[in-house]
Amino acid sequence: MDLATLLPFVVNVIVGGLVLGFVYAIIALGYTMVYGVLQLINFAHSEVFVTGAVVGFEVFRVLTPSPMNGYLKLGVALLAAMVVSGLLNVLIERLAYRPLRNAPKLVPLITAIGVSLILQDTLRVIEGFQGRFDLTYTLPDGFSNKFCAAESSCAGLGNALRTVGVDLQLKDVILIAVSLLSLAVLNYLVSRTRLGKAIRAVAQDRVTSGLMGIDANRMISATFLIGGALGGISGVLFGVKFGTVNAYSGFDPGIIAFTAAVLGGIGSIPGAVLGGLLLGVIQNLIGVSNIFGSLLGIANLEAIDASYQRIGAFLVLVLILIFKPTGLLGKSNVEKV
Amino acid sequence: MKKTALSLSVLAALALGSASAQTTVKIATLSPLSGGQSDLGLQIRNGAQLAVNEYKAQFQRLGMNLQLVAYDDQADPATGTAQARKIASDRAILAVVGTLNSGVAIPSSQALASSRVAMVSPANTANQVTDRGLSNMNRIVARDDAQGPAGANFITGNLKAKKVYILNDKTAYGEGLAKEVEKALKAKGTQVVGNEGTEEKSDFSSIVAKIRLQKPDAIYFGGIYNQVGVFIKQLRENGITTPVVGGDGLDSSELATIAGKGASNIYFTTVAAPIEALPAAKTFAANFQKTFNDGAQGFGAFGYDAAKVVLQGILKAAQANGNKAPSRQQVEAAIRKGSFTGLLSGNVSFNSVGDRKAATLYVMNVEGGKYKLATSVPVRPVRQ
Repeated sequence: MDLATLLPFVVNVIVGGLVLGFVYAIIALGYTMVYGVLQLINFAHSEVFVTGAVVGFEVFRVLTPSPMNGYLKLGVALLAAMVVSGLLNVLIERLAYRPLRNAPKLVPLITAIGVSLILQDTLRVIEGFQGRFDLTYTLPDGFSNKFCAAESSCAGLGNALRTVGVDLQLKDVILIAVSLLSLAVLNYLVSRTRLGKAIRAVAQDRVTSGLMGIDANRMISATFLIGGALGGISGVLFGVKFGTVNAYSGFDPGIIAFTAAVLGGIGSIPGAVLGGLLLGVIQNLIGVSNIFGSLLGIANLEAIDASYQRIGAFLVLVLILIFKPTGLLGKSNVEKV
Repeated sequence: MKKTALSLSVLAALALGSASAQTTVKIATLSPLSGGQSDLGLQIRNGAQLAVNEYKAQFQRLGMNLQLVAYDDQADPATGTAQARKIASDRAILAVVGTLNSGVAIPSSQALASSRVAMVSPANTANQVTDRGLSNMNRIVARDDAQGPAGANFITGNLKAKKVYILNDKTAYGEGLAKEVEKALKAKGTQVVGNEGTEEKSDFSSIVAKIRLQKPDAIYFGGIYNQVGVFIKQLRENGITTPVVGGDGLDSSELATIAGKGASNIYFTTVAAPIEALPAAKTFAANFQKTFNDGAQGFGAFGYDAAKVVLQGILKAAQANGNKAPSRQQVEAAIRKGSFTGLLSGNVSFNSVGDRKAATLYVMNVEGGKYKLATSVPVRPVRQ
């Protein structure tokens, strides 16, 4: 195997990992925002994410016969998923976390797992009544086509990507674009608006910010709304990328995104993004390590095949917890006396 | 007023007494009725239900009230074993039709063995299902060591592949099948460029990248339709049109739905014949459609056949027992030793460990989302 065939392969594996990483990153943001404000790991977030995916499926299903523009359909799906997942997340906080806000930290963690199980089965029942389990997305025409298939339709960046052998589908490009846009909006919201300032104040010190006239409960609800909406977006993107979801699809991406949030430094927004992207790439590289093993003749590497992809993510988590518990971009929490 | 109440209750008691002169005899189905494989599991239950409906009158004449109870194993070994223990504790259940998954059949048949509840499987293909030599476990379908070589023969003979990439889903079923295929391919001198397992259900990008690099002539995937369907969809979207071959886990109409536009150039060997390939199945299919408002698929026919084996076995045991309801042990012996007729898939008799003495494998082809029969292969187990 020569370099000319191996290089595009490696580039593609990394690019594929980055695309996947954006999905993880947006889910990880949901974990990190809630943690930043409440120091609570919202384990129900993976189900909020699946709810978004299910809403997206329903929108595409209903809109399939209509002659509406494909991008408009995607827009409707994203908006609907944001609204439903956002409100769901607010509801979860109101019913399952707020009454326990002063309880020991373990208690809301347990209710979070309970909420997650309830949501899983509720989703299954809702779709099951209509005789569905694996929800197959019916995407608008063209979404699955190759990005820049013909040389004539490519220009600039598209052409540059093609020359190094990067192979993208239109939906991958859409996924990256939507992710970057949501990131930009989130960043603006948190760092430039009054709402963002208030949320940051509550995150820093709930009691003092209350004395300054900030309604902590409202800010916490707002955080859950934003986190849920991000979950909804990532759900739709996940459905568009992989084609099928079911009520239980949330577990794996949820746990990997949680790992990503910890890897980046939980509570840190750029950290969550960095963690998501890194994990996507690491996962894909581990998935192909047996190819390098057989090419380079390293027997030990040859034994590491795609079934180790997941373990790779958790190995990273363990290493991070041992050597840099605050995560890559996290700040250490100095106990004040 | 009091008097009428009393006489009414006496009448009711009498009526109950005459009803209880009928012994209740139950058979159970054990298959996934919920979850990702419920499409196949429901077919098994419904097929068995049709057989029970057919035999009800015959049991009635012997003073037996025949019932079917359906248990849900969720395609999960632990759930299946728990359900098997429940079945064992219901003394009215004489035999079980099940399961769909070999991984579930192995522990649940073990759990039923001590209480001598016979199982007739409409679907399990893993070798260990009968290799353990349990006296209660039987199956009416071919084994992996028949299905694997049949798949390998198809890959080398019909597809003329020189390089094959093998995948499995890391379950007892998928790994067993993939191992048999690899063994058979290597024996023929075909190059196996990879054999790896993956539990991944949505993201196959790294595997697709490897397949693109290796350029195999055929891909074999030992797995179930809901995983393989997603894989095929992503494979085709990446412009790889290599034929994908699999086992009976792909035998569901859902496969084409999930794979969408990619549902072409797919082949799978299956123990459950397409309804059209079974000459006797026409009335069955119509009946199935009428009763359940759902089209019959292969596993429906095999659920029906397995239930018929069970019911004929119970009747034979009853006959030997002076036309009284037989014990579980008698049913178990009658099923293993009997020969059963009038089934959709031909006559059945079992060898000493519960494998069918002669069975047929079918190779199906999916093209543009449509399923059609490619070829059929007769198989015989090594032991007779």
